[in-house]
Amino acid sequence: MMLVQKPGMLASVQDLGRHGHRQFGICPGGALDVLALTLANRLVGNADGAAGLELTMGGCEIRFETDTRIALAGDGFGARLDGTPIWPCWSIPVAAGQTLKLAGANAAGVKKAGLRSWLAVAGGIDVPPVLGSRSTDLKAGFGGHEGRALRKGDRLPLGATPLDDAQLARRPFGLRGPDWGPGESDSAIALRVLPGPEFDQFTAASHALLWSERWRITAQSNRMGSRLAGAELKRRRTADMLSSGVIPGTIQVPPSGQPIILMGDAQTTGGYPRIGVVIRADLWKLAQAPLDGRLRLVQVDMAAALEAWAGQQRYLAQVAQGLAAAGWPGPA
Amino acid sequence: MWRSNWQPRCAAWVVSSRFPLPRLHPLGDAALLCELPPPATLAHQQQIWALGAEVQRWAGVGEVLPGMNNLTLTFDPIAIGIDVLMARVNEAWPRLRAATVEGRRVEIPVAYGGEHGPDLADVAAHTGLTPAEVVRRHSAAEYVVYLLGFLPGFAFMGGLPPELATPRRAEPRTAVPARSVGIGGEQTGIYPLVSPGGWQLIGRTSLELFDPAAEPPTLLRPGDRVRFVVESVQT
Repeated sequence: MMLVQKPGMLASVQDLGRHGHRQFGICPGGALDVLALTLANRLVGNADGAAGLELTMGGCEIRFETDTRIALAGDGFGARLDGTPIWPCWSIPVAAGQTLKLAGANAAGVKKAGLRSWLAVAGGIDVPPVLGSRSTDLKAGFGGHEGRALRKGDRLPLGATPLDDAQLARRPFGLRGPDWGPGESDSAIALRVLPGPEFDQFTAASHALLWSERWRITAQSNRMGSRLAGAELKRRRTADMLSSGVIPGTIQVPPSGQPIILMGDAQTTGGYPRIGVVIRADLWKLAQAPLDGRLRLVQVDMAAALEAWAGQQRYLAQVAQGLAAAGWPGPA
Repeated sequence: MWRSNWQPRCAAWVVSSRFPLPRLHPLGDAALLCELPPPATLAHQQQIWALGAEVQRWAGVGEVLPGMNNLTLTFDPIAIGIDVLMARVNEAWPRLRAATVEGRRVEIPVAYGGEHGPDLADVAAHTGLTPAEVVRRHSAAEYVVYLLGFLPGFAFMGGLPPELATPRRAEPRTAVPARSVGIGGEQTGIYPLVSPGGWQLIGRTSLELFDPAAEPPTLLRPGDRVRFVVESVQT
């Protein structure tokens, strides 16, 4: 078991998402950064689909009541285990009674570079699956732990781990996390975008602004979507749109002209024009992009999008090979 | 209790193929939009459902999501390239006449007016009908579920008698009670969950629209034919 002593701004149980139910209006949800949760799970010997915690802006405390092993991915927020610093993408042994603390986003010495962290624990968070997933649907109030965000005092059960006692107690080890682009940590994060179905409805000036603007991520952003502020995007004529499917990464432009990039908890259908869609390989960057941070949108073609995805899959395959070579249980 | 008193029954809808080819456009690198030109009609929507039933059988296709006059499908680009997928959609389109879509008949009991339907009087005032007449006409019509979206189990339905159309409330409610039946513009629908909403609330049903523990989890599905049955009226 593990005890949530402080949940921080928003903590929830998430896995790779609830798929196959969009036509019933049920959003996929899941960890917004699937890559981070996958890495963290592999580092603690879990299957890729094991449930972990998605933490928002640090400021949380979790006490472990059994010997186990943990890995953080995403932003570290100055994480310490009983006072000892730990880093993202490291696999760390934990003794019963130890407490993991993430500093708040505004704490002294914490770089304001991130937004979310994903925590995997050996065996995974063993809440009952609902509609094939342990993810929390915060809007509809089901799945995860009692269908809601975690609160102080929640105790979460852990599943069975394939790690033996020697593996559980093994010295900490780490791996290289996914690469950010050059300069992304201190300027604008670049997201690669394919033009969306309504791209042509926008003015030429709006097309130019879409690619040139340094978009600010506003504080109104959440798991449903990142709301951006910047130049006003305009359509050549306003035509009413009929309800149409949207997926994570879809860039909608409501009448305000300020784009919204939809994320895992967004509605399944939308009625705003879709000027573009962030490619799958870059969704992890959006999930980690800090509030008030800047985004650049970069136009790519389908071939580039698929090559980026293939590159990410190659990286995950290298991670699996490296862990296997070190005698670590592989992803199921 | 999911089902209404009426037993659901299968309705095979033969779909005509006399439609233009849909516009196909990628939605990111792993989804495809198939979109018919306006207007949105039931005939168009039946063709959309037939396409959804067809593509779900194809290797490499993940989920299908009907919209209004359109269908979005997700796919694995490693298993099926987008060019091949688009060619197959275009090739399958004229053959969809043989496809059938299962539609069930669902009756939804409604307590109209009073605390369950606080906006019934406003709808009556807007339409120039008495509250009793609004209820009579709302419950006399047959509605078709075009798609589910917005919230789990929320049905976008066609078939509201045009004279009942009423604009959304100027001030949306922050928390519409679950199972409220409302009118928003030219649409009627039922809120499955407590949520913010601007529709005019005319009643409430006792049926659960969404139960994550049930299989299937939603009361309504695309293609279903819906009738509202008057359980009680408070005017």
